[in-house]
Amino acid sequence: MDEMALTALELAKKIRKKEISVWEAVKAALINIEKREDILHGYITVDQEGAKKRAEIVQKRIDAKELLGVFAGVPVAVKDNICTKGILTTCSSKILENFIPTYSAEAILNLERAGAVLIGKTNMDEFAMGSTTETSYYGVTRNPWDIEHVPGGSSGGSCAAVAAEECSFALGSDTGGSIRQPSSFCGVTGLKPTYGTVSRYGLIAYASSLDQIGPIAKDVSDCAAILETIASYDPKDSTSVKRKYYNFTSALVEDVAGLRIGIPKDYFGEGLDLEVKRAIEHAVKVLEERGAFVEEFDLSFVEYAIPAYYIIASAEASSNLARFDGVKYGYRTKDDTRLHQMYKKTRSEGFGAEVKKRIMLGSFVLSSGYYDAYYLKALKTKTLIKKAFDRAFEKYDVIVAPVAPTTAPKLGESLCDPLKMYLGDIYTISANLAGLPGISVPCGVDKKGLPIGMQLIGNCFEEDKVIRAAYTWERSQEYKRCPIVKEETKLYC
Amino acid sequence: MKQYETVIGLEVHVELATKTKIFCSCSTAFGGAPNTHTCPVCTGMPGSLPVLNKKVVEYAMAVGLATNCKINQYCKFDRKNYFYPDNPQNYQISQLYLPICRDGKIEIETASGKKEIGIYEIHMEEDAGKLIHDEWDDCSLVDYNRSGVPLIEIVSKPDMCSAEEVIAYLNKLKRIIQYLGASDCKLQEGSMRADVNLSLRELGAKAYGTRTEMKNLNSFKAITRAIEGERARQIELLESGKQVVQETRRWDDNKEYSYTMRSKEDAQDYRYFPEPDLVPIVISDQWLQQIKEQQPELQDEKIVRYKKEYQIPEYDILILTSSKKMADLFEDTIALGKKPKEVSNWLMGEAMRLLKEEEKEADEISFSPIHLAKLIDLLEKGIINRTVAKEVFEVIFREDIDPEQYVEERGLKAVNDEGMIRKMIEEVIQTNHQSVVDYYAGKKKAMGFLVGQTMKAMKGKADPGMVNRILEEILNQ
Repeated sequence: MDEMALTALELAKKIRKKEISVWEAVKAALINIEKREDILHGYITVDQEGAKKRAEIVQKRIDAKELLGVFAGVPVAVKDNICTKGILTTCSSKILENFIPTYSAEAILNLERAGAVLIGKTNMDEFAMGSTTETSYYGVTRNPWDIEHVPGGSSGGSCAAVAAEECSFALGSDTGGSIRQPSSFCGVTGLKPTYGTVSRYGLIAYASSLDQIGPIAKDVSDCAAILETIASYDPKDSTSVKRKYYNFTSALVEDVAGLRIGIPKDYFGEGLDLEVKRAIEHAVKVLEERGAFVEEFDLSFVEYAIPAYYIIASAEASSNLARFDGVKYGYRTKDDTRLHQMYKKTRSEGFGAEVKKRIMLGSFVLSSGYYDAYYLKALKTKTLIKKAFDRAFEKYDVIVAPVAPTTAPKLGESLCDPLKMYLGDIYTISANLAGLPGISVPCGVDKKGLPIGMQLIGNCFEEDKVIRAAYTWERSQEYKRCPIVKEETKLYC
Repeated sequence: MKQYETVIGLEVHVELATKTKIFCSCSTAFGGAPNTHTCPVCTGMPGSLPVLNKKVVEYAMAVGLATNCKINQYCKFDRKNYFYPDNPQNYQISQLYLPICRDGKIEIETASGKKEIGIYEIHMEEDAGKLIHDEWDDCSLVDYNRSGVPLIEIVSKPDMCSAEEVIAYLNKLKRIIQYLGASDCKLQEGSMRADVNLSLRELGAKAYGTRTEMKNLNSFKAITRAIEGERARQIELLESGKQVVQETRRWDDNKEYSYTMRSKEDAQDYRYFPEPDLVPIVISDQWLQQIKEQQPELQDEKIVRYKKEYQIPEYDILILTSSKKMADLFEDTIALGKKPKEVSNWLMGEAMRLLKEEEKEADEISFSPIHLAKLIDLLEKGIINRTVAKEVFEVIFREDIDPEQYVEERGLKAVNDEGMIRKMIEEVIQTNHQSVVDYYAGKKKAMGFLVGQTMKAMKGKADPGMVNRILEEILNQ
């Protein structure tokens, strides 16, 4: 039996029915990790021993009928910017090379309550800054569909691990598209919830006002169930919202009759790869055939999203990352006899180039004399973008958009042209600025054999509509496993 | 020499009396072992998030209302970014753009009369940790117990022009805040800290001169000396044709001299921006109303009422109301049926004397009004005499004992037995024959001596009035 080919919900069901044990499930993931990690490098830490212990405990609790959670026994991987008690949490940075949190993020506690078994921490762009997982201090992650290509980022490790079946599902974080874009590049499904839905307590902040933790899995059903598990009102996070509903799986309905879908013309013009465009148009057509009402419209302010995003995110990051100074934890330079020298050297040696670039950018836009011209203006732009979406959602239930202009670029390509890399965030950034939920679902493969993703964006707190539309589309096609997995499976069979 | 006017504005930091810190549930208790009152939030660990302590907002509102401020019912926190090891996140959560209170004023009174001092704003913020420099090991250590202790900063307008006014302003603020129970406001212990902004301008000039900011002022005396010292320093500069440099100076009260901490050129750019981890604070009309209703009667209001209700001198009223503790004690004792004048006499006389003797502040009084009322009772009923009462009061003051029980146990009841007193007086007359002779010779002092001898013989328990009367009777027979 190929346990790892199953979705997380299917696997959980088998564990519940005692068809397989928790350890068998966890071991299957660990075996895949051992087979593929040398090439893919989706993980920074694989906690084999810890996973075994946790599997034993979960099994006992399942047997004692104490643990009835939907994900009891399912192996999960977590992005390395989410704190896990007793397990190294690096944010893919040298500056946290030795940081072992004494607490777990609220999302992790929620997963543990549901019985999921943490097996490791996944690679990412350093402090989630990047779109390729190439800025990690611990080396790049490769795309399991084609190892010459990037998995996307910043949650590239999580998405690659799910695609390569090195875990049943994973958690990522999304500040400007960091769940949706790598999900699209790796042919998996990733959901960024409405801002405030999943507690940020224990998520090491990149840009506090934009960050959200979300699920990455093989399909929409898993994503809905994972979100249902990790979402909670958390008094420890002041930006956490008490939602009217936390039941996301009830939206798993194969029916889009009467659903109003808006297609922002601004998203389908210049710069969008033709193959990507066609794949999405095809998917929209399928939804239309299933009874959805589809209409094109002008979203407006799209061209301002990227500058506004990079100003806000960098400004917050420059302050959020100030705490990494060598005083209390993490890396400290050897030359630490004088305070300011210690600060300078620790941070010069501890941070990578992309992080330094954004800290400098953020410090600049906040500095006196520039604050009004940049930061304040960016905040106003953010408000305008939110209003543009408010207007759109008066007419539409769901907005369909590309996730990225192209499929996954080759390794090394993006970092040579950083401006192009930043522009690649154009379709995902707005959902963060406006706090909206967005999902990326696979919608085909290009000529190079690389997956294409489609993005569905909903109004705040309307994940249900997004899930319903995505689920309906997903039911019209088969889940495509990535080639490495399929070939190996053939070999083993 | 030209005539100069001093222009002073104050920034006063007050540590609020909440049980827990401003953004986490760690204790604010003073004096714990280093880093024992800490958690991931107040040590700035990655992934931790601040959650605002509601009580801090309520104290800030109460102080704002008591100082006639406008309460911003929509206010926000901002981050002030700077690197220093006592600041675990390398930013301080404070308020810049939308502070909780704006535009207040309080009235002060000095020898030259009454004056209004404007309050520019009051904002909430977190305190930093404490650096300990270990000279022995040549290293610096950080204690984060104080990190995250809530503060309010009260920024005055530049409305003061002398040390006297500054002290009057600080005393007034201190009294208001103590009355509200928002802080104990102890300068020496750092729960109230004042930075003095001072500039000079020629008498009659409208424009302000260049100001300096002085820090490290730990007592009213230090503040007075620092203001006088800084005024003299600036006059000397101006008179010799030099300019005052805008800078922060540190006052050394031992050397009575201030020296430059940092000049304007080294001033840091704090890169303030709205704190994204906290949502804006929305104060509902209802909440504001609730705080208004909970405001205690403040000193100014008490003074007016006391004048109306109690026949006691104005000076006594000022002293009695100078601390809420004292005023409460006064009112509570009266409520137990005692005469205001009598209660006031005890507090103004004996209590103040003992406070001075023990170098304590009125807020440190700790005995109960019931015990004072009982003591007055014992005296009024003639169960003890005034001399004994004073002795018992001292014990009440120090140990808050029950005077009835104490008097009973120690046998301090006054002796009212005329026969016994008469017998004792006769004995005294026998043994002090010379005094009797003196008395008859017209030396009235001798009478006092004989009374004293009788009291001594009766261990102070006799009623001195009765002793006087009987003695006179016997001598004049």
